[in-house]
Amino acid sequence: MKVSLSEDQRAVEELFSEFFAKTSEPLVVRRAEPLGFDSELWSKLCALEAPAMGVAVEKGGGGATLADLVVLGECVGRAVAPVPIIEHTVAVRALPAPSAQLLAGDEIATIALQPATGELDWGLIPAGAVARTVVGLCDGATVAASADPPGVAPANHACMPMAFRTFEPDAATILGDESAWSRALSEWQILTAASLVGIAAKSLDIGVEYVKSREQFGRPIGTFQAVQHGLAELPALIDGARLLTFKAAWALDTSDTSDPIAPTSTAVDDNDVNDPISLALMAYLFATEVAAQVTDRVLHYHGGYGFAEEYDIGLYYRRARGWPLVLGDPDAQYQRLADRLFGAVPTDDASRKR
Amino acid sequence: MDFNLSTEATAFRQEIKEVIDLTYTPDRRSEHHQTGTFACPALYQELARRGLLERIIPGLGKGDPIELWILFNELEKASVPYDALSVILIVSAMVTRLGSEFQRERILPSLISTKSYACLGYSEPGSGSDVASVSTRAVRDGDQWVINGSKMWTTMAHEADWILLLTRTDPTLPKHRGLTMFVLPMDTPGISVEPVWTIGSERTNATFFDDVRVGDEWVLGGVNKGWAAMGVGLTFERGVVGETNSGVALLRHFRQWAEETGAADAPAIRRQMAQTAIDNEVAKLLTQRSAWMAASGQLPLVEGAMSKLFATAAYQKSAHWFQQRAGAAGLLRFGEDGAAAEGWIEYEGRHAPLCTIRGGTTEINRNIVAERHLGLPKSV
Repeated sequence: MKVSLSEDQRAVEELFSEFFAKTSEPLVVRRAEPLGFDSELWSKLCALEAPAMGVAVEKGGGGATLADLVVLGECVGRAVAPVPIIEHTVAVRALPAPSAQLLAGDEIATIALQPATGELDWGLIPAGAVARTVVGLCDGATVAASADPPGVAPANHACMPMAFRTFEPDAATILGDESAWSRALSEWQILTAASLVGIAAKSLDIGVEYVKSREQFGRPIGTFQAVQHGLAELPALIDGARLLTFKAAWALDTSDTSDPIAPTSTAVDDNDVNDPISLALMAYLFATEVAAQVTDRVLHYHGGYGFAEEYDIGLYYRRARGWPLVLGDPDAQYQRLADRLFGAVPTDDASRKR
Repeated sequence: MDFNLSTEATAFRQEIKEVIDLTYTPDRRSEHHQTGTFACPALYQELARRGLLERIIPGLGKGDPIELWILFNELEKASVPYDALSVILIVSAMVTRLGSEFQRERILPSLISTKSYACLGYSEPGSGSDVASVSTRAVRDGDQWVINGSKMWTTMAHEADWILLLTRTDPTLPKHRGLTMFVLPMDTPGISVEPVWTIGSERTNATFFDDVRVGDEWVLGGVNKGWAAMGVGLTFERGVVGETNSGVALLRHFRQWAEETGAADAPAIRRQMAQTAIDNEVAKLLTQRSAWMAASGQLPLVEGAMSKLFATAAYQKSAHWFQQRAGAAGLLRFGEDGAAAEGWIEYEGRHAPLCTIRGGTTEINRNIVAERHLGLPKSV
């Protein structure tokens, strides 16, 4: 048992937190709106070989574990960096032989989060506005399809480069059975959770700085216990989300099967769940709630300024909601988690709509 | 990060589970709800017989905080009443660290064997969260001390042989510095105990001290050094001695009811059970972190405050949800026909309010996080 970062992970943290602090200042984040993609920042990230960092060494990548990538994901969230490194990472890890362009980041890849309906219509795809290659699920198979990206996104809450994409059926290559996509989805949930932890942690820092300097009634508002206690509840949530995210990554990194079995009822009753799919869902769901709650509270303690576009907390507030919601109503994931933990409802009841 | 327990810790966990299976029999499971005495003597004795208690006291045995966490985590998950055991271990740890040879010889064998219980005399009628404001006085009279005052929430005092007693010995010093800790035999003349019943059917007590005369041999850790002695107890506990995973048994009990009644098929119920399962995992990880930090030589004061804040609030939220979902069956007590999960749901609804109070209130823990973690100034 060890609940701290490895040497390598500390190096990753130092590298990317410094990198994003320099290159993804709030000015850059704002300038990238409304598309939510900064090609210059992406090029700089490519120069650090980040796009291939999570790809196995024998496929030409950096061989980072998912837990290492969680460290990167948190840095991305702290800076609300306008680059689709999480989607790209998850997609290239799922490809059996990613091209040199994909490894270098000259081309961007992403993951479709919903199964295809009809003829390769995946609905809204995160990073779909800028990604050429999409890895997704179609008729029980993991497939990849490529086409020039539109380069524009529908106007959206979080200024994310997402897009509706459809592909010609013959543009798709079958990569394997469902398990590759399913693993990629768990990885997306884990890395998205990591980015939400980053959003929450940075938002709390912003909040603490603000209440120390903002004065009302002749003293900093951070000296009032009502304000202190509202903030003091948050670190446990953030640390809990981070630990859960790392545990999910650890479980997936150390899982030796492409099709992990669901936890037994004994394991659930004993609070001893080590199933990576359950843990990925837990991390995603918990981090989603935590990031929403932390950004909401910190925005509130800014008073009217928190609602003003000029203050950075608004950037975090919108992304805390937008980044996870592209997967759809979290209730569907709660139901998936319940099925995984407690067993699916043994009924033919088709009316049990979610 | 690595979330696996070591082979040794896994074996320890397995042995605790064995002891629980062996001794926490169905008739014993309801005993404490009838007597109000939150102890399970047969289970404690078996832990003692196997040397598992001695083993986790620093200075007596290995003193591994991870094993301490595992012990209480397993007891809590199985709904074993652990209150009396936690006090035995805290007092044992303090006596081991601070006690004189005389005290160690007199007190430790009786506690470590669980032949004797102990109770904590910290809080008073007028002194709770502000624990350093105690007014129970110990006054010098020749070579003796004369103690007068009263203590609240002295759980187990009615069965205990020992009391750890925080007193004021020098009212002229600043409040943290004029305190002295005593460890006294409960049969010392002048000590009397009155029951205080809780809405959770627990018996706790008020304990009164009326011209209690004792010698220096019962001072623990030095005169006017009572606050440092408190710190030794806290260092031992490290936020891992219970109250961090109550949601596990709650979810198990609720699920049992929900599956029996078919309620477990409803999406709204499933979502709430899934949310509680997530909270339980988070509570475990936060506590596991404190244990790991302690085992790595750090003092996880802030981290312990965080786990308690999170775990107790989450547990209360779930207890409320589940009692509502069980409807009227959630109102029925142990032994009543139709009671949800044999009465557990009703019971947990009564037990829940205690958890954000005892062992450091939510407000005190928020102060710790605000000042020591967020770097905010002392509040007004």
